Amino acid sequence: MAVAVTRAPARPFARPKSEHGFWSWISTVDHKRIGILYGVTAFLFFLIGGSEALLIRLQLAGPNGKVLSAEEYNQLFTMHGTTMIFLVVMPTAAAFGNYFVPILIGARDVAFPRLNAFGYWVFLAGGLFLYSSFLLGGAPNGGWFGYAPQTIGKFSPGHGIDFWLIGLVITGIGSLTAAANFIVTTLNLRAPGMTLMRMPVFVWMNLVVSFLLLFAIPVITVALFELYFDRNFGSNFFNANLGGDPVLWQHLFWLFGHPEVYILILPAMGIVSEVLPVFSRKPLFGYSVVVFSGIAIGFMGWGVWAHHMFAVGLGPVANSAFAASTMFIAVPTGVKIFNWLATTWGGDLRLKVAMLFALAFIGEFTIGGLSGVTHSIVPSDYQQTDTYYIVAHFHYVLFGGAILGLFSGVYYWFPAVTGKLLDEKLGKVHFWLMIIGLNLTFGPMHILGLQGQPRRTYQYPKGMGWEVWNGIETLGAFIIALSILAFIFNVMKTLRSGETAPPDPWDARTLEWTIPAPPPEYNFAEIPVVHARDDFWHRKYTEDENGRLVRIPAGGADDGHHGEAAHGDGHGHGIHMPSPSYFPALASLGIMVVGYGAVYLKTNHTWWLMAVGGVVMLAGVFGWGNEPLAEEH
Amino acid sequence: MRRVAGRLRRLRWVAVPAALVFLASCASNAPQDTLKPHGTIARKEYHLFLGVFIVATLVFILVEGLLFATVARHRHRPGRPEPVQVHGNTKLEIGWTLLPALLLVGVAFPTIFTIFDVAKEPTKNVLPVEVYGHMWWWEYRYPTLNISTANELHIPVKTSVRLSLRTIEPGLPAAKGEDFAAGVIHSFWIPPLAGKQDVVPGRVNKLTIQADQPGTYKGQCAEYCNLSHANMRLRVISQTQQDFDAWVAQQARPVVKPESGDAAAGYALFTGRATCIGCHTMQGVQGATARVGPNLTHLMGRETFAGAMYDITPENLNRWIHDPSAMKPMRPDEGTGMPNLTKTGPHLTDAEINQLVAFLTTLK
Repeated sequence: MAVAVTRAPARPFARPKSEHGFWSWISTVDHKRIGILYGVTAFLFFLIGGSEALLIRLQLAGPNGKVLSAEEYNQLFTMHGTTMIFLVVMPTAAAFGNYFVPILIGARDVAFPRLNAFGYWVFLAGGLFLYSSFLLGGAPNGGWFGYAPQTIGKFSPGHGIDFWLIGLVITGIGSLTAAANFIVTTLNLRAPGMTLMRMPVFVWMNLVVSFLLLFAIPVITVALFELYFDRNFGSNFFNANLGGDPVLWQHLFWLFGHPEVYILILPAMGIVSEVLPVFSRKPLFGYSVVVFSGIAIGFMGWGVWAHHMFAVGLGPVANSAFAASTMFIAVPTGVKIFNWLATTWGGDLRLKVAMLFALAFIGEFTIGGLSGVTHSIVPSDYQQTDTYYIVAHFHYVLFGGAILGLFSGVYYWFPAVTGKLLDEKLGKVHFWLMIIGLNLTFGPMHILGLQGQPRRTYQYPKGMGWEVWNGIETLGAFIIALSILAFIFNVMKTLRSGETAPPDPWDARTLEWTIPAPPPEYNFAEIPVVHARDDFWHRKYTEDENGRLVRIPAGGADDGHHGEAAHGDGHGHGIHMPSPSYFPALASLGIMVVGYGAVYLKTNHTWWLMAVGGVVMLAGVFGWGNEPLAEEH
Repeated sequence: MRRVAGRLRRLRWVAVPAALVFLASCASNAPQDTLKPHGTIARKEYHLFLGVFIVATLVFILVEGLLFATVARHRHRPGRPEPVQVHGNTKLEIGWTLLPALLLVGVAFPTIFTIFDVAKEPTKNVLPVEVYGHMWWWEYRYPTLNISTANELHIPVKTSVRLSLRTIEPGLPAAKGEDFAAGVIHSFWIPPLAGKQDVVPGRVNKLTIQADQPGTYKGQCAEYCNLSHANMRLRVISQTQQDFDAWVAQQARPVVKPESGDAAAGYALFTGRATCIGCHTMQGVQGATARVGPNLTHLMGRETFAGAMYDITPENLNRWIHDPSAMKPMRPDEGTGMPNLTKTGPHLTDAEINQLVAFLTTLK
């Protein structure tokens, strides 16, 4: 009898043990490996979304372009936007958040490691699901904003829009679980002494973004389901002909969509706030102001959505109110710009590639911010909305802002992840090509918009005066593509034969540089005790009476090799880490199958497919709930 | 002196491209240019933009100047002492919070004033016009003049033309079981005369346009309306009151039935076997009042057809009837756009199409 009791859990629930190879990646719950999965997947989607952009630019290089048909063009611009927002910028920010938030707050993992893995697998499932539409009768063609009623009924035949709706619901599940996980992790797992106001700004911005996601994703999910019911079951939320209201969709979409803009940009702002002080050798100027302005943006971002709708006909009072709130939100954004400039002022600027990207972020994002203010000038926005002026604006924010900030993070943190330094020369080639390319591509769009070129048009006729700038934009797009090739080459070369990074290669300020690179599974052999903001910096430096930097003599406080050298291999210390699990991946696979069932539900009565998917999902959740907490010894 | 010269030289990197951009945007001949207004409303919107653009340019120069200056002054040089560790400066930070806030308050007043100004209902010298956004063409009805036309809107000069923008007349076809008759959202945009106003199913939006001079202005639909959104163009033809009155008189006339030849055969086809009047209005023909496609009674009085995409020539019309979707992507199978009548319905022959075109070209 006693034997039977000790044998405990049945075999199906045993936890996987592989530490290397394919299955170890499927079953991993290590926040660092999940971060890498997010990053690599997002980069692959970046290449796909970028290729879509190149096709779009080829089509528009001259008047009456013949590269793409109207239908193909409409599918490509829809997928380009959807990909870059949901499958590139959001997951890349999640990659950095996953990898570094626990390390930056001195934790060994996130609060819910398996939920974390589940978030990644759901995101991947959603992305693959969306892209499978290309093979299954055509991609969505309603724009990333999917305005009803052109996404309903006979106006959008086929299943493209259904793939878009269900695909976004699926990726939204991943965003929600990630947000909940980040919030709990940040609030509960901070190392002793890591008070909220000692947290690195990146952690703060990640926290703000997580709260934004927590409230924004439900709004879009409601909208997506309502549109799904309209399309498939005649629920009639948005069809004016039967008493619905198409403007309701716009309110729901932008009530999500504007906070979404800050979801995309705040992580990059966080990264830049880490990089600038390190390479200026000065603390962030006005830490609390930068943090609070980020929080302020998070709140105010909920009150500006109708500035996407000034031409809808909401009336002068509503338009005035949203004009005022839109102007108002420019204030905390402007404050950040000046604080970053002040951080570099008087510093000792090391112009490494990470720093170049961060500085360029300030310069390019400012352009996007200023053109954003001109949108709040409602009567002039009547002219500019839905033109290339808007396309210029948000590409300066999302490419000149988010993407440059994220690349800054890649160059900055690459040695912390891989133990190798990316090549600076190739990095500079990448940087300058990208800056030239992005300004050539998106700069002229301001002019074209003001000259009356509308967005989302697959062709423009001759004689509109748009030929020259469109040609230049296409050239610029290919220069950006070239810069990405330089980046890929740099990463491959570095991983194969690159320079091994010394510990703390940038003479940095935060905890990720106190541990070996790549970090051991448990991050910290001993949980650090934090005494100050930029704790690692204060272990290395102090200030003299004039505020100048003075290095603390070796051994005076700490030798900089906090983790490995001092404490050796954690396994010997019996550090317990969460065990791997297949169940999060299984559950998300089930969700994907339910999604296919939902797409074909009306036309092919695929209740059975939804049921199969539901069983797989429940099996995943059941296994998840019943597997033992640790592998058996 | 040399320092000043050096600074100027650095400025060149900003000034030269800025000047080039400015020149390029002025030099080219762009008919939809929002920076060259030809009417009161567009001018108000342009002036507001200009003011804010100047303020934004100053802020741009300030920020980018500081950025270049900090890199130039503070980049690492060997032997430089470690920087002073400044953690912040409350006064400065309050300053650069308040300054943009004040600047924006200064911008907010003229903005809100202009929002109400351009939304005002005009009272003097007003011509009402109903604009209907269809997939993918524009229908204009002049309720006080009892005429209708398509894609090219004729207006008298220096008159406040008050547009009522909608996709469908209230309460029409839903009752007949046509669940999607209200169509999709469009946006009416004629940049030289006024900024855009969306055309939303279930709503009536208002927009005032006014032209200073006689002339032809180009515009197009600005809200993505799916497949052929790019091909939903329009023109506004501003005329002297005299010319406009003559045009109105012409539009009010019924069709002149051709007496003989291909044109007469075409008339018979148009009103009979070819089923054209199932969708198109032909004034003076019994029962030919459909509004699924444009009113063709005075087709040849227009410069263009098919959403102001193509010049009206017999060749283009011939090509169009042969295969409309080849010239402009549409989804006739889904009820959006003109069907190919050589493959469906009457299965027109080449000879019949020639007769139809012969008739159409008599429609002055």
